[in-house]
Amino acid sequence: MKNTTNKKNLDAYLTLIAGIVLVLLNVVLLAGKMPAYYSGILRFVGINIILAVSLNLINGITGQFSLGHAGFMAVGAYVSALVSIHLGWPLILALFVGALAAALLGVLIGLPTLRLKGDYLAIATLGLGEIIRVVILNLDITKGARGLGSIPRTTNIYLVELVAVITILFTVNLMRSTHGRALLSIREDEIAAEAMGINTTFYKVFAFSAGAFFAGLAGGLFAHSMGYIAPSNFEFMRSIEILVMVVLGGLGSITGSVVAAFVLTILPEALRGFAQFRMVLYSALLIAIMLFRPSGLMGTRELDVRSALTIFKSGGEKDAE
Amino acid sequence: MLQIKNLHVYYGQIHALKGVSLEVKPGEIVTLIGGNGAGKTTTLKTISGLLTPKEGEIVYQGEKINNAKAHELVAKGLIQVPEGRHVFAQMSVQENLDLGAFPRKDKQGIARDQEKVFELFPRLKERRSQTAGTLSGGEQQMLAMGRALMGGPKLLLLDEPSMGLAPLLVREIFSIITEINKTGVTILLVEQNANIALSVAQRGYVVETGKVFMEGDSTSLATNEEVRKAYLGG
Ligand SMILES: Nc1ncnc2c1ncn2[C@@H]1O[C@H](COP(=O)(O)OP(=O)(O)OP(=O)(O)O)[C@@H](O)[C@H]1O
Ligand SMILES: [Mg+2]
Repeated sequence: MKNTTNKKNLDAYLTLIAGIVLVLLNVVLLAGKMPAYYSGILRFVGINIILAVSLNLINGITGQFSLGHAGFMAVGAYVSALVSIHLGWPLILALFVGALAAALLGVLIGLPTLRLKGDYLAIATLGLGEIIRVVILNLDITKGARGLGSIPRTTNIYLVELVAVITILFTVNLMRSTHGRALLSIREDEIAAEAMGINTTFYKVFAFSAGAFFAGLAGGLFAHSMGYIAPSNFEFMRSIEILVMVVLGGLGSITGSVVAAFVLTILPEALRGFAQFRMVLYSALLIAIMLFRPSGLMGTRELDVRSALTIFKSGGEKDAE
Repeated sequence: MLQIKNLHVYYGQIHALKGVSLEVKPGEIVTLIGGNGAGKTTTLKTISGLLTPKEGEIVYQGEKINNAKAHELVAKGLIQVPEGRHVFAQMSVQENLDLGAFPRKDKQGIARDQEKVFELFPRLKERRSQTAGTLSGGEQQMLAMGRALMGGPKLLLLDEPSMGLAPLLVREIFSIITEINKTGVTILLVEQNANIALSVAQRGYVVETGKVFMEGDSTSLATNEEVRKAYLGG
């Protein structure tokens, strides 16, 4: 009992700290006091949050092991960039078209591959991610390996933040709905879910393409942030990086994905001082975290704004239950 | 209620069902008995839409359902309790029951059925908030059955409810099966434990190597010399 109360208190303080950090970051940003280097990193944090949360919807919540997230990101990036360059559409519209293209591809790829389970699905999605990249590499309109330049750099940190918040709210609301319970039941036991009258094919494809949609958005934001994209931005390792964020944060925990995206985006930058040992340290930290917290930083727990309010209600000492 | 004619089912090259025919009438308990690998589970899975037959016909409430998907059939009251229980281990008892009512929208009907489930299985009520994976084997079987009842079945397919349970618990489960049947639910019961299955069923089919090898009412099967030797221990 004492233990759970302590945990709740810890969650409450962590939520509070997270809230304060967020507010402070935005105050500094709005005041125009954030050096461009740092706000650039924050943009990547936001993009990675979108990627990690949307992959968590597929891998963590629905239990479908996908390794092709970078492929969907690439589709969103290229389609939205091409729309911006050739049609001159406003950013929001270009992002939306890119995300829709990724989602559509998610449906097309999901229908046949989501019959596969576990390792087999992982390998199939890995292959598909690579196919997308090779197609982009060989098309004329994408300019192949040279990369696509002169994309209008219209993304800003606030838009990234907004999309990240929308992604999180969408996923949290979905998880708490009847549909979310259907997704969780598929992760738990697909045979039982099907026997309970849940259309498992529909829900798996839905989760897959919704995840692809947000990955596409992230790709679009990335393209319009960099101004230049190339197939090498969307290699297999990119999918692995996102997967690491999801696993490190805790499969199925949205909070975990957000925290891990934050930490893992900032860490390599923070470790720059260690020069060539940087990636060794980074990897060592990953191993250490997985050893000490095998189910990820957050497990399946979530931080909730309401929990932070309990600190003020009861002075942080007692808990209602 | 359910008619099956000349059913052939394959797993890839493996010919698992070689022309199974059987019938379940409204209100009955019918049992399917047979040894390991006879094709009992395959038959149930084909009826409930988890497998598709290559040949033959399945008719449920006057409608041919050969190619229907499991989730469509659940909505029509054809519900299966899978072999090995398959409870949602990380979820609570209550969440498991809620998922049993997934396709339903009638809140009052669901509440009424939950009351019924708790009457049949008082232990589930006591353990509502317990994680399903930590329940004992018998309790998990109760939960799997209770969860299926939450879907409002007309025809309930039970796959080896006695599996791995102590004799006392087996008797308890089977008396509950009779209770469920009395509330108007038709039951098709797959069992290796022929003794107890024939004691609750009105009729039975003996399946061996993918074929119906014998059929009849329970008493005549239970006294049949061959059945006694093969499945009832002499
Ligand atoms: N997924 C599968 N792939 C290939 N063959 C299978 C598969 N499932 C079952 N079989 C085969 O089909 C035959 C019938 O199996 P089934 O599970 O229906 O038997 P059963 O009567 O339920 O046996 P038990 O009492 O042991 O559960 C067996 O020979 C089995 O090996
Ligand atoms: Mg079986």
